[in-house]
Amino acid sequence: MPSAEELKQRIETAIPGARAEVEDYTGGGDHFRATVTAEAFAGRSRIEQHRLVYDVFGAEIGGPIHALSLKTQIAQPAQAQPAQAMPS
Amino acid sequence: MPETDSNPIREAIAEAIAEHPTILFMKGNPEAPACGFSARTVAALQSLDAPFAAVDVLPDPRIRQELSAISNWPTIPQLFVKGELVGGCDIVMEMYESGELAQTLGVERAAEETAEPLSAVAQPAAGLSIENRLG
Repeated sequence: MPSAEELKQRIETAIPGARAEVEDYTGGGDHFRATVTAEAFAGRSRIEQHRLVYDVFGAEIGGPIHALSLKTQIAQPAQAQPAQAMPS
Repeated sequence: MPETDSNPIREAIAEAIAEHPTILFMKGNPEAPACGFSARTVAALQSLDAPFAAVDVLPDPRIRQELSAISNWPTIPQLFVKGELVGGCDIVMEMYESGELAQTLGVERAAEETAEPLSAVAQPAAGLSIENRLG
């Protein structure tokens, strides 16, 4: 039976740079709620963003993972480093 | 994607999606949703007074299988508007809250007229028409 922690790790491993918060909201190991933030979502429609996450689990969705409720957010690009003074 | 010679269920689903400007594939029917996600999606459509056709995927597991093959979307419900997948419950709810759903459906967010009873709004007959074509 998958755990929230396992889902989180699989999402973060499969989608480079993604951060996931996963909650097992019934405690039964089959209904999960995830908020995923990734730069990889930029330029993709909401449907495509959700598909990226669903694709991590393939046929497990609807099987062992009965429900995976998703919220996706586009991560802001890594904070720009303060401009280094160019060596003069 | 290789097509099999004849796939009446898939064809019936594709036809239903093409025929109905707004169509919801759900578990149960609008009067008696069989799943909380389907119930929430129906409630969002209803509260916008949006007419929609509904198809119950439960009577035959192949409906869900073929639907997901067409839409490349693993879960139920699935809302299609003008032939395009809009999303499942999460996306529909997000769009409902932001007002995008009303826009997509071409309805006013605040319905001016009194909401009609759901039975008058939904057209569950679409479910029957698909099943009829299975035979």
